[in-house]
Amino acid sequence: MTAMGDLKRQRIDELAARAGQVPEGEGGVSLTRSAYRRLRRNPVAITGAVIVVVFLLVAAFAPLLAPRDPYAQYLLGEIRPGFIPGGREGFLLGADELGRDLLSRLIVGSRQSLLIGVVSTVLGVVVGMALGVLAGAFGGWVDTVVMRFIDILLSIPGLLMAISISVLLGQNQYSLMIAIAVTQVPIFARLLRGSMLAQRDSDYALAARALGIRRSRIVFGHVLPNSLSPVIVQATLSLATAIIEAAALSFLGLGDPDLARPEWGAMLSNAQDFLSVRPELAVYPALCIIVVALGFTLLGESLREALDPKFRR
Amino acid sequence: MSIEDLPPHGADRTGQPVLEVDELTVTFTRRGEQSTRAVDGVSFAVAPGETVGLVGESGCGKSVTSLAVMGLLPRRGVQVGGSVRFDGHELLGASDRTLRRLRGADMAMVFQDPLSSLNPTVPIGTQVTEVLLEHRDMSRKEAVDEATRLLDRVGIPDPARRLKEYPHQLSGGMRQRALIAMALACSPRLLIADEPTTALDVTIQAQILELLKELVVDTGTALVMITHDLGVVAGLCDRVHVMYAGRIIESADRHELFARPRQPYTGGLLASVPRLDGPRGAPLHPIRGSARDVIPWAQGCAFAPRCDNAQDDCLTEVSGSTVPLEYDGPGRELRCRHPLSYPSTPAGATASGAAR
Repeated sequence: MTAMGDLKRQRIDELAARAGQVPEGEGGVSLTRSAYRRLRRNPVAITGAVIVVVFLLVAAFAPLLAPRDPYAQYLLGEIRPGFIPGGREGFLLGADELGRDLLSRLIVGSRQSLLIGVVSTVLGVVVGMALGVLAGAFGGWVDTVVMRFIDILLSIPGLLMAISISVLLGQNQYSLMIAIAVTQVPIFARLLRGSMLAQRDSDYALAARALGIRRSRIVFGHVLPNSLSPVIVQATLSLATAIIEAAALSFLGLGDPDLARPEWGAMLSNAQDFLSVRPELAVYPALCIIVVALGFTLLGESLREALDPKFRR
Repeated sequence: MSIEDLPPHGADRTGQPVLEVDELTVTFTRRGEQSTRAVDGVSFAVAPGETVGLVGESGCGKSVTSLAVMGLLPRRGVQVGGSVRFDGHELLGASDRTLRRLRGADMAMVFQDPLSSLNPTVPIGTQVTEVLLEHRDMSRKEAVDEATRLLDRVGIPDPARRLKEYPHQLSGGMRQRALIAMALACSPRLLIADEPTTALDVTIQAQILELLKELVVDTGTALVMITHDLGVVAGLCDRVHVMYAGRIIESADRHELFARPRQPYTGGLLASVPRLDGPRGAPLHPIRGSARDVIPWAQGCAFAPRCDNAQDDCLTEVSGSTVPLEYDGPGRELRCRHPLSYPSTPAGATASGAAR
């Protein structure tokens, strides 16, 4: 009986000792690493990431992937009123209205569309965040001045503003990017300011002040990191709208002056005259835009969940 | 330091209070609304190694007092009057820079809710080292070593690993320990603890109080304990100030206060604590009404609407003057015209005699 008891005791101690040891890699895990871990387990995130990565790869290696020269008018001779050649051997998706290979143009066009989307969003986020931090961190008259300026920007319809800016700056792809970025700025500025204001009155900001931490450190080390997650989500959503907006501007003839350069938005706008002849000319670029936008949206949505420390397990 | 600089009678400087609060008033004003006086002439002092309790129910002005002392109230819409002296230096009206240097280094604060007082996106270690880097001349490496020592001192096991963890990975008690470590990082001379145990369960409460006692009181740091928990007062405080509607209504040493509460409000608070040794099914003794049933101090005793001893002269219009905070025996002060009396004990008899 006693021996039995001793054995049990020993076993319990053994288990307790083992439980005390923490396996390597557990416990303190950095925010980014654990966010990455959770992203990998989330099917939505994986779908989004796969879409985004595939499109980025296609854009990066477009010249190698495109089966034909996107500028050459291979099938011009076959085009007649009311007829544009469809898919066939060597021309998987057929030709566009000028006899160029549609597939090659879609592939090469991804470069321009993604570039415009990414650059204009990054620009919009950077400028918008700078204004938002300024307003959210200082408050008072700085806040008032910045926010009234933002209100003025917001009161002008986005597309109208983009059109005015790209007309003002001259018709080229850079002014297109700037024009789209400017329409994004107020969204990010407002968003960041709002969430910073909420965080500025939080208990941990007060606790940091009670410990004599300087204001710059409280703003950038405490308040800003906690205010970022809506901005990250909005950025991925904006990426999608930026591509669509670029398409809209191209559609209005305010895009790239080089009309031959393939770009999804321009392709879509050119296709409008031939919708009754070959609707696929519009369907394929539209599909590309939608899928890329979906990819970024899915990724952004799951990124938000993953970055939120409250969801961490 | 020359002889002349020494205080008279060769008294030790440690005998001087670290914190002196004199006639502190805090008024909140809002455009188009009547202003609210949250703290109304509060005075107290804390000596090194002394623990002073500010006791009262929610809304009596305890927390506002502590925020005013730390200079943490917003500038807009708040008027702070009176005087707050830290080590003889006036803090009210001091520059932001001066206050920021004092906070964290010489005076620190521990808040009520340990989870929301820690930044959820920053590891514990960064939050502790941040304080050290701000106030002490240390390299990052030294600060990390010091942070490890601090966490170990407040009883967090495996501190090196905990430094890398985020607040949500720690238990409630451990979070409060981490906050105490941050507050004590630069060995402040004054610590204000604003209900540090309210968000914790009872066993952890006891541990945290024990920790405060060990790390604060025993090292000569002055401690202001803000609480509504009389158990905390009984276990920790040397002197107790009971607050009601923005004013101190009774001040006494802990033993005196528990043995012979004089203000009917204090008596009511003590009577309302449920007793384990009472008969089963015995009714609780709440104070009737709620903290909202107050009359302005200018018109009479704010507690009068809820007080069983209240009489006509508790009102200013009858007595002709507001109820003053008066001497009530050695070490005691009282703001009441009809206090509880204890005729059976000699000490109580003299106290009640002095009041009449």
